[in-house]
Amino acid sequence: MLTVTNLNKTFNAGTVNEKHVIKDLSLTVNDGDFITIIGSNGAGKSTLLNLISGNVPVDSGRINLGGTDITYQSDVKRAKRIGRVFQDPMMGTSPDMWIEENLALAYRRTGRHTLRWGIKPQERETYRAALAQLNLGLEDRLQSKVGLLSGGQRQAVTLLMATLQKPELLLLDEHTAALDPKTAATVLTLSDQIIKEHNLTALMVTHNMQNAIDYGNRLIMMHDGRIIFDIAGEEKKKLTVEALLQKFEEISGSEFANDRALLS
Amino acid sequence: MSIATIVSGVAQGVLWAILTVGVYLSFRVLDVADLTVEGTFPLGAAVSVVLINKGMNPLLAVLIAVLVGMLAGVVTGTLITVFKIPPILSGILTMIALYSVNIRIMSDKATVSVAGSSIKDLIASLIKKDLFSGDLTKYYPYVLSITTGFICCALIVAVLYLFFGTELGSAVRATGSNPVMARAMGIQTNLMIILGLAISNGLIALSGSLIAQFDYGSALVNMGQGTIVIGLASVIIGEVLFIHKEHSFAYKCGAVVAGAVIYRTIIACALTIPGLKATDLKLITAIIVAVALALPVFKTRAADVKKRRTNLGEAQGC
Ligand SMILES: Nc1ncnc2c1ncn2[C@@H]1O[C@H](COP(=O)(O)OP(=O)(O)OP(=O)(O)O)[C@@H](O)[C@H]1O
Ligand SMILES: [Mg+2]
Repeated sequence: MLTVTNLNKTFNAGTVNEKHVIKDLSLTVNDGDFITIIGSNGAGKSTLLNLISGNVPVDSGRINLGGTDITYQSDVKRAKRIGRVFQDPMMGTSPDMWIEENLALAYRRTGRHTLRWGIKPQERETYRAALAQLNLGLEDRLQSKVGLLSGGQRQAVTLLMATLQKPELLLLDEHTAALDPKTAATVLTLSDQIIKEHNLTALMVTHNMQNAIDYGNRLIMMHDGRIIFDIAGEEKKKLTVEALLQKFEEISGSEFANDRALLS
Repeated sequence: MSIATIVSGVAQGVLWAILTVGVYLSFRVLDVADLTVEGTFPLGAAVSVVLINKGMNPLLAVLIAVLVGMLAGVVTGTLITVFKIPPILSGILTMIALYSVNIRIMSDKATVSVAGSSIKDLIASLIKKDLFSGDLTKYYPYVLSITTGFICCALIVAVLYLFFGTELGSAVRATGSNPVMARAMGIQTNLMIILGLAISNGLIALSGSLIAQFDYGSALVNMGQGTIVIGLASVIIGEVLFIHKEHSFAYKCGAVVAGAVIYRTIIACALTIPGLKATDLKLITAIIVAVALALPVFKTRAADVKKRRTNLGEAQGC
């Protein structure tokens, strides 16, 4: 379980560029929750995920994961328990290393880095099986450099890397936004499949309202550093994009402004 | 250009190759432009020569020189990671600091000649001079350097190959290749950078120590000047001639070793050209590096011109 309590973040505090980005935000994520997060540009979605992963330090408030307070834990330490997929497909893999070497790093995400071999022969079977699930033909290319893969393939490999060792929490920040629509759909389906199969707890930021409705068991809408709408279960399934937009305008008193949402 | 010139080039090349592997590790594997090199190289020489002159076993003296070199790498790595000083500046700071340190080690002298029993003497006791007779005696010192350099390079490439195949080594490579991903994979990138720079600078100190003993016959305060460019030139020559993206790590290490040997041979031959002086070496090196670095631009230009030609040609054909 992830609990975020009264979280605050201000960027450039004390300067003219001061911006209070996360405002007294509280959130409880139950084990097995797959939450989609939507919100206008600058609402603080990425910042929230960065605070949880430890890439951005908090100003005040607490973050607790599975009973341990991780508010002041380093990002590297948290990475042993939290899996991430970034928006940029180039971010999540090492282009100069083979597919199997990348996966071997992921396989050792939770452990220490010792002088034992970086990859054992019998692991290859595991990797091959995992890659085969992606249906991208990568299982026969274990010794190809990741740099040679397409953005979609790389993002699929990143997804695999984030989940190869079951993470207590999976963070996806618009991880299909940089892909073409068809590839984006493939990667999204894969994400859903992996999350369901391993019963993962996940937070997924998306700019696509329909996807936000279709995937996951809970939907959160963010505006101006706050969660303004949180809906789950049957109620969520019945949502429509129009209803969501209306809800947004109702609560926030402004129009939903997300450049990428308008484009899709 | 004579055989003797080429052999002397190779003899220097195998010793400089150790430095080249160090530079390859920092510049290419870690992706950190580490300028500590120019301080670590004379540091390795100074420490080992001074210890040898004090009567220490030369192998032990060299080992200590390597460890001290690694320490210099740790200092630069700490400046970069803990204190967030830009890598180039961090390297320059350590390099400048080492200049003073080296002078202290050398007791305020600009040159300290090897006066004790060195690695060269050790090798010479194994490969006897009387094996060479007549005209061949002039090759004797080269044979000593080549044997030592070759053994060192082979050992280093083998050990590095094994190391970079381990979990720890993979973590270092991942850090150099994509630090964001490395951190997301639970890798302590700061430690990896420090470790990588320590290994790199240890090798560079070893190279300086051996070159002082085999080639210069002394440790010189200024022997580090220009070493970074020499190392880069060798790396680039090795890459341009032998390396494609798909090659394995051990192969790449071997290629930069070859690059160092070729570079030194070119320089040795170039210096026999009438009118060129030993002091022109750095100018030649700079030109080689500049040309090698500019090569991709030339290549794309040439390809563009070719494309334009065929395009125009086809248009006329219609
Ligand atoms: N490191 C930073 N320094 C200063 N300001 C920042 C930083 N990171 C984010 N911000 C600001 O915080 C606000 C929220 O940014 P954030 O990236 O969390 O928004 P978002 O909800 O992810 O938006 P988008 O839909 O555009 O991705 C923005 O105004 C942004 O400019
Ligand atoms: Mg964002």
